[in-house]
Amino acid sequence: MMEKYINHRLKEKNILLMTHIVMGYPSFEASFKIVESMVTAGVDLMELQIPFSEPIADGPVILGANQKALENGATVQRCLQFARQVVASFDIPFLFMSYYNIPYKFGIPAFVDTMATIGLKGAIVPDLPPEEGREFLTEMERSALAPILIFSPNTSIERLRYLAGFARGFVYCVARKGVTGMDTDFSRRLDEYLARCRSATSLPLALGFGVKSAEDVRFLTGKAEIAVIGTATIQLVQERGVAAVAEYISALR
Amino acid sequence: MDDRGYHNGFGGAFLPEILVATFDQLDAVFRQARNDPEFWQTYENIMASYSCRPTPLTFAENLTRHFGGARIYIKREDLNHTGAHKANNVMGQGLLVRRMGKTRVIAETGAGQHGVATATMAARFGFRCTIYMGEVDVHRQRPNVFWMQRLGADVVPVRDGTRILKDAINEAFRDWVSNMDTTHYVLGTACGPHPFPEMVTYFQSIIGKEARQQVMRAENRLPDRVYACVGGGSNAMGIFSGFADEATELVGVEAAGRGLDSGQHASRLCAADASVGVAQGYKTFFLQDQDGQMKETHSIAAGLDYVGVSPILAGFKETGKARFEAVTDDEVVEAASLTIRKEGLIPALESAHAFAQAFKEAPALSRDAIILINQSGRGDKDIFTIADAFDDPGWKEFIIEKAGQYGRERSPAS
Repeated sequence: MMEKYINHRLKEKNILLMTHIVMGYPSFEASFKIVESMVTAGVDLMELQIPFSEPIADGPVILGANQKALENGATVQRCLQFARQVVASFDIPFLFMSYYNIPYKFGIPAFVDTMATIGLKGAIVPDLPPEEGREFLTEMERSALAPILIFSPNTSIERLRYLAGFARGFVYCVARKGVTGMDTDFSRRLDEYLARCRSATSLPLALGFGVKSAEDVRFLTGKAEIAVIGTATIQLVQERGVAAVAEYISALR
Repeated sequence: MDDRGYHNGFGGAFLPEILVATFDQLDAVFRQARNDPEFWQTYENIMASYSCRPTPLTFAENLTRHFGGARIYIKREDLNHTGAHKANNVMGQGLLVRRMGKTRVIAETGAGQHGVATATMAARFGFRCTIYMGEVDVHRQRPNVFWMQRLGADVVPVRDGTRILKDAINEAFRDWVSNMDTTHYVLGTACGPHPFPEMVTYFQSIIGKEARQQVMRAENRLPDRVYACVGGGSNAMGIFSGFADEATELVGVEAAGRGLDSGQHASRLCAADASVGVAQGYKTFFLQDQDGQMKETHSIAAGLDYVGVSPILAGFKETGKARFEAVTDDEVVEAASLTIRKEGLIPALESAHAFAQAFKEAPALSRDAIILINQSGRGDKDIFTIADAFDDPGWKEFIIEKAGQYGRERSPAS
């Protein structure tokens, strides 16, 4: 379903943009406005992060946003309500992103059912390798939702193929070692890595971690189907407010 | 990694993809070492020449007489170099780091004990070393920060989250995902993703191996009960491994802090507000809310102040292989005080949890019963915390005077 959407959209655009927000940061009202500006500015897909107290794969900016959102009362129920609202309001695919304890505590089947009812298209769970995620993957398949698997630069080719076997929709390729929000060196090494990812799956590739400028997006055009902008927009909101988002996104491509 | 380290449904390896290859390597090197009899011999030798092993078993004659019940023995892990059982784990992991050819180690620390032990190991083996420590703990345990820095470690105060042990663990993971090619994360307890719980238990099992032989030598039979405090669970796993298949009852003692109903405790296996979850790469009982957000914990002993617990002990809880109890801060201070006065031994406040529970049970046991307490660390290095716990006026006077002296040195003109 999502794969089809991506390929369809690629007929009009050279590369798609996926952005990331932390629900409830800086507030739910602001989150809604951010989503609205992003969609208006042409974002093609969006990750909605349910904040977690221990986000080990995230760098300082997203970590801080998680904490702040939790302090402001971003419960899971409130996030679900928010997701319902944005999915009903905007016509692009939305995905959940969170750490495994959130769906685990909710109850995996109930969580996946809720995602399907709301109309989300998939989920990224960075601390859930397929070996630990059998129940989650089965439930996602049953509900025709896409589990977004993650490739990393030090993943062996055998394992890339193994992961590809569980992936649906697209694959999230992490550009480099480290956590979200640090600089990435967009160079030939990245080309080689993306070629390796390509050889392991026929699904579209999204590249994330450190993507922040029009130059980065240009570099990725023709190499990946989706450029993922995460930390950059959160930082932008912190520095220049919600109003700056639309202009920033429009200038990326 | 085929075996994912499950113990009755607890454990696993919930890893971000970027770390999978690193854990595969660690798992392979650990297996290889464990199957190599020479490796254990090298480990024992280094612990004997560098860290006072075997540590003694002390018969607590005065405490035994005081309670008039079971015969009380104390395993003296406080006599390890750096003052706690933490030395066992770090020296063992140091040998693995050498095998992997890595040159830098990182670690989290709560009380500072594991940080000091890791910094010591790094100095000894010639590794670069970075220690992550919650900002709250940096203030609580300043003397340990001093020692880590003198030992050449870079101490990074963690200002995120609740600014204690769990946040330091998260930060160490963030370092690791960037630097895994050169760096090994020396996790300090029997928690975290597989193979850490088994690996740390393996190195700490030296405690149980020795204690078993020592009790047999002294009494010609095994103890009836073995007591150990439980934070992450490494000293408990260490001593329990010597008695795991026997009729000996294993008793793990958690921190009830200001009481199990107070919301200010660190009991994951006895408290109603703990439940099964997945965080920091493994599945176990966590102190968390309904959504799965981790809660703040409290204990007078920084080393027990942690949201999770060894998945192996969580498995023991489910199967009844061990019994778990919790004692309050006040009971702990009282037990420490009694042990100091009666035996001239100064247990760390962490270890004093095990003493407190043993003291509750000893009087009701018969005079020929034998109980064994693991004194996992020494308390004199925690002089600031213990002096606070005793609210010692003379000590406060001294600190005020000392602070005045430093103040005058800084601004001689005023």
